[in-house]
Amino acid sequence: MEAFTRLTALAAPLPQPNIDTDIILPARFLLITEKAGLGRYAFYERRTNGGFVLDQPRYAGARILVAGDNFGCGSSREHAPWALHDLGIRCIIAPGFGEIFRANALRNGMLPVTLPLAGWQMVLAAAERAEQVTVDLAAQTVALAGGTTIAFTLAPDERDALLGGLDEIDVIRARYTAAIAAFEAGQRETSPWLWDKD
Amino acid sequence: MPQPGRIALRAPHADGAGVARTLYDKLWDAHVVAKEADGQALIYIDRMLIHEVSSPQAFAGLAARGLTPHRRAAHLAVADHAVPTRARATIADPQARAQVALLADNCARSGIEYLALDDPRQGIVHVIGPEQGFTLPGITLVCGDSHSATHGAFGALAFGIGTSEIECVLAAQVLRQRKARTMRVTIEGALSPDVTAKDVILTLIGQIGASGAVGYAIEYAGGAVRAMSMEARMTLCNMTIEAGARIGLVAPDATTFAYLAGRARAPDPLPVAQWSTLPSDAGALFDREITLDAAAIAPMVTWGTSPDAVIPVTGTVPAAADPAQLAYMGLQPGQPLAGLAVDQVFIGSCTNGRIEDLRAAARIARGRRVAPGVGAIVVPGSGQVRRQAEAEGLDTVFIAAGFAWREAGCSLCVAMNDDRLEPGQRCASTSNRNFEGRQGIGARTHLMSPAMAAAAAITGAITDIRDWQVGQGANGPAPQGANGHAPQGPNRQGPA
Ligand code: SF4
Repeated sequence: MEAFTRLTALAAPLPQPNIDTDIILPARFLLITEKAGLGRYAFYERRTNGGFVLDQPRYAGARILVAGDNFGCGSSREHAPWALHDLGIRCIIAPGFGEIFRANALRNGMLPVTLPLAGWQMVLAAAERAEQVTVDLAAQTVALAGGTTIAFTLAPDERDALLGGLDEIDVIRARYTAAIAAFEAGQRETSPWLWDKD
Repeated sequence: MPQPGRIALRAPHADGAGVARTLYDKLWDAHVVAKEADGQALIYIDRMLIHEVSSPQAFAGLAARGLTPHRRAAHLAVADHAVPTRARATIADPQARAQVALLADNCARSGIEYLALDDPRQGIVHVIGPEQGFTLPGITLVCGDSHSATHGAFGALAFGIGTSEIECVLAAQVLRQRKARTMRVTIEGALSPDVTAKDVILTLIGQIGASGAVGYAIEYAGGAVRAMSMEARMTLCNMTIEAGARIGLVAPDATTFAYLAGRARAPDPLPVAQWSTLPSDAGALFDREITLDAAAIAPMVTWGTSPDAVIPVTGTVPAAADPAQLAYMGLQPGQPLAGLAVDQVFIGSCTNGRIEDLRAAARIARGRRVAPGVGAIVVPGSGQVRRQAEAEGLDTVFIAAGFAWREAGCSLCVAMNDDRLEPGQRCASTSNRNFEGRQGIGARTHLMSPAMAAAAAITGAITDIRDWQVGQGANGPAPQGANGHAPQGPNRQGPA
């Protein structure tokens, strides 16, 4: 997985709450069976109406999205973070996230930053001024051009995985193969009905 | 943000005997393969349901690693999202055809059981899992689909996952998870006639909001839940994700065991003694408690583009409603929902596409006609539901009333096949999401129960099901649409 350490980039504002994954990537594009190239379909309906924030020249090259509360709620489609990644987005800053979206973003090297309202509003204001924002994962800070620094926290395992670009499946297979086998042997004893088709 | 409901802080306790545990705690504890720091653990996954949309990149990733599935018998695959619900000998859309073919291929190559389109067991993943006895109490079950909470109705720890996690389960049969906080939603008393599990869950979502349960596992309890059929419990758990929680649970009981007895993949005999230890211990503490009075719940209808934008059918659009949602929905603050004309009616989905849902809708449709100009479709949740409905003559009732009778699939719940609405069309829908564009670009969705949706089809407008004298049979009085909407009913004739 791609590592995330420190990012200084333009932040784009998308403050509407409850942007669900159907808005991020409409369902008809889920017929695509590849991960790559989904960016052109991201926010499709909003972009065809013109004026969508990520299409505005002043936000060209934005890699940080300052989103509204409950961003990525709804469908579990990983196509949503894939599409955002394809647009160049590597960090999303919001008051809260849909749980499955958040987990999916982390597994694709993208950093979801949850900020309390006051801090989020400062970052949003910076995004609305089309300023550069620096997100430092090791330090767990968001630094604004004006000099303000806002702290955030990420669970240590999530931070380590992103910082190291660790592949979860590789880690599990390297560390836990024996533990999985032991669990399975135990469950065959306690719940044989779960194993009658194996 | 104000949090309605009573708050109970969980007492700190060590793991171990003598501590009262919730159903969620027991399911979690029984599946911990290894504990990591910060409440994170490696959790064993007993079963995975696979569909065509979220799995292709997971199979590709697995192959790129040179791996094959760790445990083939733990999986069951079916195509549901992209499949046509009319003629299905071939799939006309080449992209959908390729996606379904890819699932069949991936399964054949991996040795995973796949229920093909012509298999009588085909249907929506969340309908066929329980139906086949693939979903069982006490197990962990995942699917690359957010409505996996449905299976929690059986006392299974079930949750939706992304494609990377599907790949992880295929590769190693485990997932790294952080333990959720627990919320108990107790629904006291008995529901009024014509009020359903759909109305209960919409009421809860309206109360706590679309993100109100993020980070929680919800257990549904109380007299109204105990009295519910398995179908109703599945409806309740299904929409848990619409309140933000990935997990919705109901403790298994005699109703659960009676449903499972004799199902194709259910163990014989059922391990009832083992499953009976699953319910939350008396005195188990939840992080948050919410109580709803069942008798106070009315038939609910959404007005906006988030499932928490919901009011009783007798209500009016809130004065302070979000202008963006109102603009999309073509509504004004203060406008009553009852009497609002609809163009389309959809009865189906993993929320309300089970046999009881079709019975409830057929009871309204029997002897009546769909209003002129309204398109109405009934899409059974599975082939088995469809055949059961046909055995009961429900198909005849629907067809005579002017509803289209379709093959099983997700259909107008997600509009990935050729069932799509036109921009601006207003739909009374039994599905779970009223998101922008969910039923087609610019389509306007109003979520409600199956009987309410059937009533909307007959009157051509959103209608309070309690105005119907259904008990008097097909010749009962016609409903009077609110707001001077023309009275319509059994004698109204019109083209289908
Ligand atoms: S019926 Fe709708 S919600 Fe259910 S699995 Fe299909 S698309 Fe998803």
